[in-house]
Amino acid sequence: MTDARQLYQEVILDHNKKPRNYGVLADANRSAEGHNPLCGDHISLSLRVEHDAIRDIAFQGETCAICKASASMMTVAVKGKNVGDAGSLIQEFRDMATGKLDTQTQAHHLGRLNVFAGVRELPTRVKCAVLPWHTLNAAFHNQPSATTESGEF
Amino acid sequence: MTSPAAKKSAPPVSALEPERLRPDFPILQSRVHGKPLVYLDNAASSQMPRAVIERWVRYQEREHANVHRAVHALSETATREYEAARHTAMRFINAREAREIIFTRGTTEGINLVMHGFGRAFINQGDEIILSAMEHHSNIVPWQMLCEERGARLRVIPMNDAGELLLDEYEKLFNPRTKLVALVHVSNALGTVNPVRGMIRAAHQHGVPVLLDGAQATPHMRVDVQDLDCDFYAFSGHKMCGPTGIGVLYGKAGLLEKMQPYQGGGDMILSVTFEKTTYNALPYKFEAGTPPIAAAITLGAAMDYLTAVGMERIAQHEQALLSYATGQLREIKGVKLIGAARDKAAVLSFTLEGIHPHDAGTLLDLEGVAIRAGHHCAQPVMQRFGVPATARASFAFYNTFAEVDALIAGIHKVQKVFA
Repeated sequence: MTDARQLYQEVILDHNKKPRNYGVLADANRSAEGHNPLCGDHISLSLRVEHDAIRDIAFQGETCAICKASASMMTVAVKGKNVGDAGSLIQEFRDMATGKLDTQTQAHHLGRLNVFAGVRELPTRVKCAVLPWHTLNAAFHNQPSATTESGEF
Repeated sequence: MTSPAAKKSAPPVSALEPERLRPDFPILQSRVHGKPLVYLDNAASSQMPRAVIERWVRYQEREHANVHRAVHALSETATREYEAARHTAMRFINAREAREIIFTRGTTEGINLVMHGFGRAFINQGDEIILSAMEHHSNIVPWQMLCEERGARLRVIPMNDAGELLLDEYEKLFNPRTKLVALVHVSNALGTVNPVRGMIRAAHQHGVPVLLDGAQATPHMRVDVQDLDCDFYAFSGHKMCGPTGIGVLYGKAGLLEKMQPYQGGGDMILSVTFEKTTYNALPYKFEAGTPPIAAAITLGAAMDYLTAVGMERIAQHEQALLSYATGQLREIKGVKLIGAARDKAAVLSFTLEGIHPHDAGTLLDLEGVAIRAGHHCAQPVMQRFGVPATARASFAFYNTFAEVDALIAGIHKVQKVFA
């Protein structure tokens, strides 16, 4: 049984209230839009990638707390990383949110992002948590947009 | 924060006594996340009483065969019961004749049927269709598709900040190119009950027929299509204690006669050769293929149930719930009600300051309170009020004042998490 505090942990509420890296990068060289057609939520990501490394990243959007905190924590986690490592993190985050990766028993590199493990109990909210990561993946692959309905997770 | 229960006076007493009806609904006895289910998502879909569920089972166990086909006894029983359900629907909305009742998959299909059968026959280049600013997507998109195909255009009746249509503006939209008014009877996103009777009269003065989307009206009030004098009326079974996959399109016989069939197939024909097909009479002309027989018969049982409870009592009780819940919600700081029409159904659309409706929906769900969060398939309504989404509690006659209290307590909890 999920309880409210298990899902809406302090760190999630904090990132919702004070999102990090919020806005648009003026010197971005990669960007993508993410849509969740079920609720109309939307985020936009902008990145500056140099020599395969994420020099800077920012996000903006009107979304629920789960999505906003996920986006905020994602920007913190991938800033400074190279694209390959960020790609592995995208995969691990998706696997955790969909229940394929059990962070209790299996090795992972998610660190504090593990607070989102609770969404796997609430299938309708998995999409909210994964949308920013899906959008980051689209930006890496030069796709202009991503939606939660593309069936990739 | 004061406890909502402590500071409130006792809730009003209802003539309906929903507590006596609730045992009829097996699902209302269930628990969600370990809490008693408080089901407040009736505008999306309502729950079924046991008598209606049993009607489905009895049909499947003892009466099932194809209709209008064979000479054997079971087929005759199925046909008789299916046609009896059509008569029940006829009486339920007070249609003149049973052939004016067409069984569909639901409201959406009913509207699409009118778009194909009426729209394609009578709406052409430069013609205009009047809709309102509070339509559900299902009463926008089919007309948009037709406009794209035909080079026609949509005209939209605006609304005020309370969520009421501006009738002066409506009257100004008519011109000789106006071919149809497609209008929601009761708004799913705002609860507004539109003054459709007068609006229909105005349209008829211009010689323009009117289609009403009655999906949110038939479960909550007495609908009389002859009194309204609407030309088409579409509604769904699953919002009025019936099953999914069944709905009704009422149409005036004179108009239906002039329309082309929506789909081709069995049952809608009189004779077929490779050279020419002669279409069947009403209503069968619009019921191609084997119909949802079980669902139609079960919908008939749902209408019987609602009639036995009494549509007037249902409306009365739901109005009492609405006024009690509205009063409670207005007292919560940070709650903004969207939709404050003078004539309103028991739908409460609201936002919570600093809290996304989806988060509110999830947290309420963890308390056992089922509401809807999102754009309610009415994105133009959300745009009109400048919100991406709302939380929506929508009531049925089986909801109680104690459930309103549970909703209010849940909202206080949501605000506490986000404080």
